Amino acid sequence: MTWLFDFWRSSIGGKVTMAITGLLLFGFVVAHLLGNLQLFAGPEAINAYARFLHERQGLLWVARLGLLAVFVLHVVTGIRLARGNRAARPVPYAKDDTVQATFASRSMVFSGLSLLVFVLYHLLHFTFGLTNPAHYARKAAGADGHDVYAMVTASFHVPAIAIAYAGFQIVLFLHLRHGIQSLAQTLGLHHGRYTPWIARASVVLALFVAGGNALLALSVLSGLVTVAP
Amino acid sequence: MKVVLHVWRQQRRSTKQDFVQDGRMVRYELDHVSPDMSFLEMLDVLNEQLIRKGEDPVAFDHDCREGICGSCGVVIDGVPHGPERGTTACQLHMRSFRDGAEIWVEPWRAAAFPVVRDLVVDRSAFDRVVQAGAFVSVNTGAPQDANAIPVPKAAADRAFDAATCIGCGACVAACKNASAMLFVGAKVSHFLHLPQGRVERERRARNLVAAMDAEGFGNCTNQNECEAVCPKEIPVRVIAELNREFVRARLIEEPVGKKRVGGDG
Amino acid sequence: MKLDAKIPAGPVQEKWDARKFELKLVNPANKRKYKVLVVGSGLAGAAAAASLAELGYQVECFCFQDSPRRAHSIAAQGGINAAKNYRNDGDSIWRLFYDTVKGGDFRAREANVYRLAQLSVDIIDQAVAQGVPFAREYGGLLDNRSFGGAQVSRTFYARGQTGQQLLLGAYAALSRQIGLGAVKMFPRTEMLDVVLVDGHAKGIVVRDLVGGEIRSHAGDAVVLATGGYGNVFYLSTNAKGCNVTATWRAYKRGAGFANPCYTQIHPTCIPVSGDHQSKLTLMSESLRNDGRVWVPKQAGDKRRAQDIPEAERDYFLERKYPSFGNLAPRDIASRAAKQVCDEGRGIGETGLGVYLDFRDSIARLGKEAIAARYGNLFHMYAKITAEDPYSQPMRIFPAVHYTMGGLWVDYDLQSTIPGLFVLGEANFSDHGANRLGASALMQGLADGYFVIPYTIGGYLAGQRAGAIKTDHPQFAATAGEVDELTRRLLSIQGKRTVDDFHKALGKIMWQHCGMARNERGLQQALRDIPALREEFWRDVRVPGSGAELNQSLEKAGRVADFLEFGELMCRDALERRESCGGHFREEWQDEGEARRDDENFCHAAVWEYTGPGRAPARHVEPLAFENVHLAVRSYK
Repeated sequence: MTWLFDFWRSSIGGKVTMAITGLLLFGFVVAHLLGNLQLFAGPEAINAYARFLHERQGLLWVARLGLLAVFVLHVVTGIRLARGNRAARPVPYAKDDTVQATFASRSMVFSGLSLLVFVLYHLLHFTFGLTNPAHYARKAAGADGHDVYAMVTASFHVPAIAIAYAGFQIVLFLHLRHGIQSLAQTLGLHHGRYTPWIARASVVLALFVAGGNALLALSVLSGLVTVAP
Repeated sequence: MKVVLHVWRQQRRSTKQDFVQDGRMVRYELDHVSPDMSFLEMLDVLNEQLIRKGEDPVAFDHDCREGICGSCGVVIDGVPHGPERGTTACQLHMRSFRDGAEIWVEPWRAAAFPVVRDLVVDRSAFDRVVQAGAFVSVNTGAPQDANAIPVPKAAADRAFDAATCIGCGACVAACKNASAMLFVGAKVSHFLHLPQGRVERERRARNLVAAMDAEGFGNCTNQNECEAVCPKEIPVRVIAELNREFVRARLIEEPVGKKRVGGDG
Repeated sequence: MKLDAKIPAGPVQEKWDARKFELKLVNPANKRKYKVLVVGSGLAGAAAAASLAELGYQVECFCFQDSPRRAHSIAAQGGINAAKNYRNDGDSIWRLFYDTVKGGDFRAREANVYRLAQLSVDIIDQAVAQGVPFAREYGGLLDNRSFGGAQVSRTFYARGQTGQQLLLGAYAALSRQIGLGAVKMFPRTEMLDVVLVDGHAKGIVVRDLVGGEIRSHAGDAVVLATGGYGNVFYLSTNAKGCNVTATWRAYKRGAGFANPCYTQIHPTCIPVSGDHQSKLTLMSESLRNDGRVWVPKQAGDKRRAQDIPEAERDYFLERKYPSFGNLAPRDIASRAAKQVCDEGRGIGETGLGVYLDFRDSIARLGKEAIAARYGNLFHMYAKITAEDPYSQPMRIFPAVHYTMGGLWVDYDLQSTIPGLFVLGEANFSDHGANRLGASALMQGLADGYFVIPYTIGGYLAGQRAGAIKTDHPQFAATAGEVDELTRRLLSIQGKRTVDDFHKALGKIMWQHCGMARNERGLQQALRDIPALREEFWRDVRVPGSGAELNQSLEKAGRVADFLEFGELMCRDALERRESCGGHFREEWQDEGEARRDDENFCHAAVWEYTGPGRAPARHVEPLAFENVHLAVRSYK
């Protein structure tokens, strides 16, 4: 297995690791969003979905651990590459300028680290129930202990939480907007005809994910989705 | 016209411990600049003035002054080779600046390119990367007739697009991560599209990336800043090709010389 | 000075084979014991260093640039000739040989030229095998074009960057040997003298341009591939660093310098825009395939090109040379341009320029076809002049481009100093008084890949390997002289800069020893140059010290040599009382056409250094034309 470690340690191996883990994480956020959009279908639908997942404990844990591994690999590799990049330019330019690099591409480290903080908070919030125990308690109090609808709507009814979640979606948008097209390039997908479309698609996909997430939070806040009694 | 220059002056060579040495930006005012001068001719005028005043002239690399040798290269107002696309500093003319402009002139900034003096940097890292495998292993002698292997025109053109790299290092200087992947990608792409070069593709991809990594360049994050400043406008396509070739060489191709599993022995 | 060209006996077609067989061989196991010092890393130097290392010799290679890839061969645009006859248009080795001898105005050595034509075909094979991306046709085979002075399509090209691609091929081969440890490369290192031991070249003295240190390197033979001396004119198409120092210092150690007056003025360069000009930019001669050269018929016509009607344009090359038209050889095209400018019909603000017009080609072939052929050249022109050559004609004017003269070498490319070999533009051997387009790349690579690997063995076989080391007293003595020269340059601390002197020398040379020369002017130059040189050594200012990267010091050393060399050049031009090729003496002409004097000057003039302040001695190597008969060169 040393060959795999050697591959990971190389510059391009690191990039490819970022691309593959990034792709998996993107797949997860899409699935996560699609699941959560059931919030609009009412409590029964989304609670049934939650129950469906929890009834498959074995699979759920495999998925969770897998996701954790991918996530950790993405973060660790990203930090390793970023440190290498900093070391590669010991002296900054007295006058710096940018010709065509997008803001999103230049802020990947910042957006990535911000997302790390957000994900930790998100887990503490909804998975471990540590930041808002009252909301978390509503989940357990509901039908079969899976009243996700009650927990989520209670949380997003709090303006600060809803706005923070929605705000973080801007960061997610930036990260995905560059990340998706970047991973295609890193995996060697480059084509004179299709690459511009990949670039456009990555904006659309990023907008879909980040917009969908934000919509959920803001819909509860605005009362479009009714808060569970 | 008149310009105000801020030029990086550094007398002693950068070391790993002290990259900056006594370096600093120094301000110079320059009068009677003709818009028809090239940027380097403007620096010539500055140097003639400095020598007459008994000061040390600004050291900068240059040679052919027609945009092909790749010697010259300074960062002008934060952009390698200055504001004109597809143009080296020697072919950049002062008519690209307005009268009275303040212009910042700095050397390439990268750990792999230590400053030798003022605006002169050491780009031997590029040579070492090439020495690791950017060639076809063919000795001088009697290869087959040049027309023995037809090469599709499109392939030859693609190879040429990459081979046109002048090795100036602007890609590294522009990259926010000081990555050399446009340069290395150009080498890989040049040989990838030619049947003569394909023979050694795995070895080349492996060795070039290893050599590049050993030099301390950064990692590409696909910001495409390199492509924007490349005086030969080499596309980032070559980086995708480099990535593909490296993955192919390291993960897909089966290693040779190992015992076969489940063989007939 | 003994000039034995060592031309093998027998018919010209068999001379090279005969010579290769005569040459003694070095046993493969012994090759690694011999060390060869190669100075210069252009086409000739890089090809030689790589090929010699492949054979097993230890090689050390030196260049003043920061990387061997930057040698000025890289700037050659148009192409490389080879007698492949892929076009079925009647080309052959014999025709390339004939064209080159005739193009050189019968002042080259037949045997060398024939060998060059023979080897031309191998060069293309070698380059393609290295991965040089030559232009191809849709069928996947190599494309060719016709090029200045040739009536067949034998020029292989890689867009307008043929020199670059060929040099990168040689550089790749060299890099491979460096990676294998067979070549030790010394970039940013300038050769400042050659070390002679018992009359043989056994080493060189160099300056490390970064640290300033003067160092000695010993070897069993020295190969100079240091290019031409066009920068004696200050303004030329050469790179700023090109210089005569290596060959000049070899000359002062006893190597004969042949035909220094033969310089090529290239007809298609961008005109000078002002005093600040630091170099001239060549536009590939290939442009003349589709561009038409003209000036207004009326002197002083200052209308814009577009406003001058067809009837008032003089397509002077087509008019004077109907069969070659715009493709007339370089010397002829340049002189014709000078002539119309002298008549007051030159264009542009300075009146020193002619038009190169693509209007008709664009109308015939379409803008796209023209862009595909010359896109990068048009782009470069637009960048430099801020004019669009698609919509208005280019302005061009002749400029110094190449020097046919150089150190005298025999058939083996060995100079008059045993063990000192000279390749490429640095020698004098193949182009006579005028070089045909797309032949410089051919010569550099032929010398480096295919001649020196054989001929150097013939010399080394008679030498004891590694006999001389740098502890030999001759090294310390030579290094001491170099050091002293450096010290002197730094100690003057006068008022004028090095560039100032260089520009002044350039003006003298261009005025009196440029496109047209005459006795009075040359005599004047022979008075002006020593005066300027004397002033240089009295009043030059070289800042800084010798122990650092000091670009002014580098330039000062080179200009000091140009100031001596320029005098030799004028002397040679004065003594050659005829016109031939690039050497045009106004006294010998037939209405603007060069008039050779075969009776008295059918020879190479070889100059021998006789000591400081003493007039050099002129020797001659008679040239025999047994295969191509002496004739008046006519392109009408």
